[in-house]
Amino acid sequence: MAAITLDNIVKTYGEKDKKVLAVDRASFSVEEGEMFGLIGPDGAGKTTLFRILTTLLLPDSGTASVAGYDTAKDYTKIRNSVGYMPGRFSLYQDLTVEENLQFFATIFNTTIEENYHLIKDIYVQIEPFKDRRAGKLSGGMKQKLALCCALIHKPTVLFLDEPTTGVDVVSRVEFWDMLKRLKAQGITILVSTPYMDEAVLCDRIALIQNGKILSVDTPENTVRKYPTKLYAARSDDMHRLLKEIRSYPDIASCFTFGESMHFTFRSDDPHNIEKLKAKLNKAPHEYLEIKEIQPGIEDYFIQISEPAHE
Amino acid sequence: MKQLLAFVRKEFYHVFRDKKTLLMLFGVPIAQIVLFGFTLTNEIKNSRIVVADYAHDYASQEIIRKIEASRYFEVVKSNMSHDQIETAFKTGTIKIAVIFPANFYNDLSHLNKAQIQVIADASDPNTATTLTSYLNNIITDYQAQKAQQTKVPYLITPEVKMLYNPELLGAPNFVPGVMALVLMLICAMMTSISIVKEKEMGTMEILLVSPIRPFLLIISKVIPYLIVSIINLITILVLSVVLLHLEIKGSLLLLFFESTLFIISSLALGLLISVRAESQMAAMMTSQMSLMLPTMLLTGFMFPIENMPLPMQVLSYALPSHYYYVIVKAVMLEGLGFMSIWKETLILAFITTVLVVINLRSFKIRLA
Repeated sequence: MAAITLDNIVKTYGEKDKKVLAVDRASFSVEEGEMFGLIGPDGAGKTTLFRILTTLLLPDSGTASVAGYDTAKDYTKIRNSVGYMPGRFSLYQDLTVEENLQFFATIFNTTIEENYHLIKDIYVQIEPFKDRRAGKLSGGMKQKLALCCALIHKPTVLFLDEPTTGVDVVSRVEFWDMLKRLKAQGITILVSTPYMDEAVLCDRIALIQNGKILSVDTPENTVRKYPTKLYAARSDDMHRLLKEIRSYPDIASCFTFGESMHFTFRSDDPHNIEKLKAKLNKAPHEYLEIKEIQPGIEDYFIQISEPAHE
Repeated sequence: MKQLLAFVRKEFYHVFRDKKTLLMLFGVPIAQIVLFGFTLTNEIKNSRIVVADYAHDYASQEIIRKIEASRYFEVVKSNMSHDQIETAFKTGTIKIAVIFPANFYNDLSHLNKAQIQVIADASDPNTATTLTSYLNNIITDYQAQKAQQTKVPYLITPEVKMLYNPELLGAPNFVPGVMALVLMLICAMMTSISIVKEKEMGTMEILLVSPIRPFLLIISKVIPYLIVSIINLITILVLSVVLLHLEIKGSLLLLFFESTLFIISSLALGLLISVRAESQMAAMMTSQMSLMLPTMLLTGFMFPIENMPLPMQVLSYALPSHYYYVIVKAVMLEGLGFMSIWKETLILAFITTVLVVINLRSFKIRLA
């Protein structure tokens, strides 16, 4: 049985004349015990989807179920059995770490002791600060505490809305390690992130943009779907290089990607790269480096979300 | 039950860890009690006056005509017995009474002096003093008029009797008003802010996605402020007795019962605001504009309701604080029992029930 299913979910915001489409006919399902990633930029509709699944919002049309319960009709049952960590830090800032945890344990009809094994790995890291007010914690600590609070009642499904946004790199890695351990305990996890490098850590991912689900697959298969060969180029004068590559007639797409730029050709001509190099060397670049690379999820994302060649 | 306790404890943490909230909760009542004690004055028009004319002679009729002509007074009934006047005062239908003794003109023309008895309801001392001085002016005026016609001037001495508050202390009048104001302020403003704060901080999102029932959530928001308000009530009463030498005439138990009723109605109003307001600022503005100002201006403790234009009077009768003010005045200052305020209590209870029901129905179980 699927832990989460969505069927043609549509959600719009705003008044009649100024409607904004937040989620556009989204459908996918998450298996029990799976770690499922919702990948997309800010404003793609991730948070809206989370709120629909956690029964906080009703969709305009379509149905969704969580842990076998309908999100519209059986909302009380869902609220008893899921853990939810909103995108914004949502604990009581003026309560201490321990008081927050205690409070959430109690309102979920449980105690810290009862489910301590679930949060132990995470809680030991923040335990030295247990008498500190939650508002005075660092970003990573806050997220760990929020995760503890979302886990304390042993949820069957865990919803994490951008848990690593605003968290330093080291804490992000730690956080994903924790998620892996939780998954090992059989908890279904739906996690969203704007960071593509975190996507590969999920079992399956859904790419979402402008409220539309673009693709649902494992990270490996997602990348494998990349239709053409992808090249990376770099030189000492990136600005000129970008202009020159973009002006080359046979280029399908070219965009800056960290310290290099990624580009594709329109045709599959095996001599493409020599031709391009020849052209670029008319006004030589220092340290020019062009090579074929393995596409990443971000490359695929840009490839499918780009409506047309610009 | 454990959930409720945890929730209430959490609310108390919020209250006691925020200095601003603490100051608001416990400083404001004290400041208001002190401030209002020195600043309240009023002008009175069209006050209902009872004229009991046992003389029925030329002079008394002349003075009565003058009273009738004055814009300050509206003569309602004449020739009431002392007992009837007493009841009229108790029901609050009249503010002042004038009694002309028999042989008024006789005394005046033969002894050149006579007496008039003036009785005023001094549970509102400002009104009482203003009214008696208006009346004094009319009488002096009449004397001056007569002095031109006769050689020996007439001397009419009004014998003034202040009912309920013979020493004309300012405190008795404003204490019930401040009680209504402070309780309304604390209850409505603080509850609405505390719920909106949960929305603003995002914690409402987590609370909604939890097994906690809306009813429990509302109750646990209400309990801490109910307790705080009762502490405030005690503070105000103690201050009134110790600092302002006010005597609580009626039953303390009744006073607490009525206050609790009023507190619950104010809490319900606060909850109602919190359902609509999106930010703490908005919640504060709404409770100030729609609750505090009307309570201050329309309840009747600053400006007499009789002088207001009709729409304002209607509005005043819709306010829970209006009835609470009447009740507190009756119990605290006049020492009346439940039998004389059951009507107001019933209306207050009705308003409270309606508000609570609206709240339970309008609580949003989702975000939008």
